[in-house]
Amino acid sequence: MASQDITPVGRSSAKASLLYDPKFRGYIFQTITVLVLTGLIYWIVHNTVANLQRAHLASGFGFLDGRSGFDISSSPFLRYTSDSTYITALWVGILNTLTVAVAGIITATMIGFIIGIGRLSHNWLIRKICTVYVEVFRNIPPLLVIFFWYLGVLSVLPQARQSITLPFGTYLNNRGFFFPAPVFADGAWLAGVGLIAGIVGALLVRRWATKRQMATGQQFPVGITSLGLIIGLPLLALAIKGFPLSFDYPVLGSFNLKGGALIGPEFMSLFLALSFYTGSFIAEIVRAGIRGVGKGQTEAANALGLRAGPTTRLVVVPQAMRIIIPPLTSQYLNLTKNSSLAVAVGYPDLVAVGGTILNQTGRSIEVVAIWMVVYLSISVLTSIFMNWFNAKMALVER
Amino acid sequence: MKNLVLKGALAVSALVLLANAASATTLEDVKKKGFLQCGVNTGLPGFAAPNDKGEWSGFDVDYCRAVAAAVFGDPTKVKFTPLSAKDRLPALQSGEIDVLIRNTTWTLSRDTQGFDFTGVNYYDGQGFMINAKKLSGINSALQLSGASVCVQSGTTTELNLADYFKSNKMEYNPVVFEKVEEVNAAYDSGRCDVYTTDQSGLYAYRLALTAPDDHVVLPEIISKEPLGPVVRQGDAQWADIIRWTHYALLTAEELGITKANVEEMTKSDNTEIKRVLGQEANTKLGTDLGLTNDWVVNIVKAVGNYGEVFENNIGSGSPFKIARGINAQWSKGGLQYAMPIR
Amino acid sequence: MDNNLSFVRTEMLQGQTPPLGERGIVRWIRTNLFATPVDSALTIFAILLLIWFLPGLIKWLFINAVWSGPDRSVCSTVGQGGIQPEGWSGACWAYVNANFNQFMYGPYPMDQHWRVNLVAILFVLLLVPLLIPKAPFKVANAIVFFFIFPIIAFFLLVGGWFGLSYVETANWGGLLVTLTLSFVGIAVSLPLGIVLALGRRSKMPIIKMLCVIFIETIRGIPLITVLFMASYMLPLFLPPGVTFDKFLRALIGVALFASAYMAEVVRGGLQAIPKGQYEGAASLGLSYWQGTGLIILPQALKLVIPGIVNTFIGLFKDTSLVTVISMFDLLGTVKQHFSDANWISPQTPISGLIFAGFVFWIFCFGMSRYSIFMEKRLDTGHKR
Repeated sequence: MASQDITPVGRSSAKASLLYDPKFRGYIFQTITVLVLTGLIYWIVHNTVANLQRAHLASGFGFLDGRSGFDISSSPFLRYTSDSTYITALWVGILNTLTVAVAGIITATMIGFIIGIGRLSHNWLIRKICTVYVEVFRNIPPLLVIFFWYLGVLSVLPQARQSITLPFGTYLNNRGFFFPAPVFADGAWLAGVGLIAGIVGALLVRRWATKRQMATGQQFPVGITSLGLIIGLPLLALAIKGFPLSFDYPVLGSFNLKGGALIGPEFMSLFLALSFYTGSFIAEIVRAGIRGVGKGQTEAANALGLRAGPTTRLVVVPQAMRIIIPPLTSQYLNLTKNSSLAVAVGYPDLVAVGGTILNQTGRSIEVVAIWMVVYLSISVLTSIFMNWFNAKMALVER
Repeated sequence: MKNLVLKGALAVSALVLLANAASATTLEDVKKKGFLQCGVNTGLPGFAAPNDKGEWSGFDVDYCRAVAAAVFGDPTKVKFTPLSAKDRLPALQSGEIDVLIRNTTWTLSRDTQGFDFTGVNYYDGQGFMINAKKLSGINSALQLSGASVCVQSGTTTELNLADYFKSNKMEYNPVVFEKVEEVNAAYDSGRCDVYTTDQSGLYAYRLALTAPDDHVVLPEIISKEPLGPVVRQGDAQWADIIRWTHYALLTAEELGITKANVEEMTKSDNTEIKRVLGQEANTKLGTDLGLTNDWVVNIVKAVGNYGEVFENNIGSGSPFKIARGINAQWSKGGLQYAMPIR
Repeated sequence: MDNNLSFVRTEMLQGQTPPLGERGIVRWIRTNLFATPVDSALTIFAILLLIWFLPGLIKWLFINAVWSGPDRSVCSTVGQGGIQPEGWSGACWAYVNANFNQFMYGPYPMDQHWRVNLVAILFVLLLVPLLIPKAPFKVANAIVFFFIFPIIAFFLLVGGWFGLSYVETANWGGLLVTLTLSFVGIAVSLPLGIVLALGRRSKMPIIKMLCVIFIETIRGIPLITVLFMASYMLPLFLPPGVTFDKFLRALIGVALFASAYMAEVVRGGLQAIPKGQYEGAASLGLSYWQGTGLIILPQALKLVIPGIVNTFIGLFKDTSLVTVISMFDLLGTVKQHFSDANWISPQTPISGLIFAGFVFWIFCFGMSRYSIFMEKRLDTGHKR
């Protein structure tokens, strides 16, 4: 502790000193804390073991290899049936959590940036609409937003037999959004190669263009070229192989649309709710970030003859990003954690699946431990990535 | 330092609670508390549901009242703890409630996890409900391949459902919720084609749909769901009290003792009625159970006999109109069979 | 010199009203809505959006809405067994109206509602003078509010003393639960958060480590898992037969969760205090606690008032998650009554949610406005 002992050492330290020595008191205090804590942990462990024995409950993670016996509605990445193990079920849950978190983060960021910039617009109407949006969504609980989307979306959408038909063989009804699933035949791998080549090519073009601009001041349309490369190369690859790609179109079955791929209303409502809710927070962060960039920066850019677009893109946003990134990170983490509210609408995320397992097996300690480990890992990984990104964006000073 | 303060406070409060809870048997505990803490469903109309004044009623609720009447001679000395499917067993385990009467299925794994089932107060089975108006032409569960099915998580229902569709080689899309209200709302809004739970539940929830007449319960029963009261393992006396409360209700029905005539019946000459109602000289049937000898009188006075409890809450006297079916007395072709009170 | 020769006007021209396009409403519209082509496009887009959205919303919320009625028939169309014409759609405020008491008190016994009302009145009477900067007796008021009021409220709400009947927490519900959880959560998390923040900045390695572990663990996991832990694992940790009230368990979960966030906010304030302030305090001979309490914390807390209020708002919103562990706060009660056979109709859920959202919104918006007000007032010009 910070209390400073100003008594000259030596004189009074002979008798009463030890008790008044902050260092010594610190040791004592810490020792007591450790002892109490150890005692408490021992007490808890002792009780837990006694309780588990009394209830004839085993402990340990061995049960994870058992047959789960229940089905999960949405498992886009793993093959899962009721014969799969508990551990597979947990993986499905983790992947579903990550899916909704990543999708939510992307849209929330887009919404946040649009609304945040909109709140600084010169246009009165846009400004007011954005303000109303932010004030409404920031001040109601996310759980309520999720219910609202879920019940709202469900009550507005039609039954399966009266599906809304959308272009490209897609349908929308209260069972979700149906779209054709691509089915790859032999030779489709070349398209993947094409995609990777396209991305690498785009990166190389960008590098070359920056170099050239530095040297000569000439600009090169990087964006369009990259887009062409990334879309064109896979298409070219497919064309060479004679389009080994077909689509499985959804068709109306006895209950529902059959075939194709499906995004369920549970995912949609959770995803929309998280995006809109977090978007309102990101909007405030973006607004604060942009306002944090000195007015002189904009004026200097104008004086250099930059137009409004490049000024925002090249001068304001890069500087604002330095202010924005740290709070943005915590919003991303919040969104990921809020995705655990999936349990309320029945989307099988980690918490929902874990809850079912907890219920079927009674292994509360193990399941809660798994939850904590997974969420903490996600938090730590996100923090590491965002710190790296932050360091990259930070002001480089000599 | 915060840890110290907090943990200290936690330990102290735990100790305070410990002092309260250290007692020998559940019966003594309950008597000392002065009321019975009964775990019930959060809202299953007909079995346990609060009305808009917060008063509980239903089949299971009457069982709680019957136990309270047996212990205290007063059916009002009971408090209800609404519990979700997930919370119910941990709540019983931790001693939060004294008895769980919450349409809980008797299974081997639950019985060996430190619980005791004291009997079956309602024989149920899992069924399916569909919207007949929208899905006309479907009259069997075997036609349900490809359907979306609404189901509550953490129940035996969820597992039975998976087994049934798998063994019949049908596909389905489970839509799983934590709470009954959520399942109801989702089914009512058309999110699923099929609602599955215990048949009694289907009849109850059907009435809470926007258009109850559009919905039908399919004939198939895909599982055995013996529902009954649960107590903690290791307190035989308490388990006996709950068990014999059930048998008392059944016996009363057998003997024609009703809420209305129970006072009269105490003066009956019939030896069996006299014995059951504790009117025999020097009887020790009730006191041996840890209760008073007029315990059956108290029970019947409070809630009536099994038949009355059934008909008032879920049978002909209720909006649900569930038939006695296999819950009829054994003498009438049902499964309800009371062990002799003697 | 010819004095008449003047290149400068001696009398000014009468100021003319600006052209129509440069004044009044027209100018305002031009500069605020149609400044550039892009602006114009945006404005037109926004107006179209509002035209598409607003009339329907207003019609649903107010014009078509049903304000009172005996049961669900007033909120359902003929086809759904009600009295409204086919194709009708509107908010069912009648449902909110009929269940209003339930939404406020939950299953709290009807004849005991006066106790809740009394607590609410006391709360407002004590809070309002505390919030008005000019009101006198701040210290006394704060002491009463934070130390005496909770005790009175506890005895009034729980009862079992002074002839009041005992109302167990299982019978609490609705807004009562939301506000109790939030108030206790706030009252506990602020001091706990300050202690944690001080612990994290402590020079004692073990204390520091413990605080860091606690704060970062709690901040890394969702509140739902904390609540699950409080409701499923706490019973396991205690000796057999010992139980915690369910309400208390949720309260502990919420308060611990909020205190970790509060600690980080307070730490931000502590870090912003220059080292000279610590040294100044020490050189005056103040002990650690004196220095912290009298010099450091007042400055640090002032700096982070917006952060503290934001944490309060977050806590208030987070209390709604207790529905997940089957407790019935405002949102939970509203949801519970969706399946009320008397009131089930296609309009009921949305109406109930909008009502709940409105109540939450009023509280949160109020708090955030107050924080902005305080921030401006306390901004005593220390910024360079």
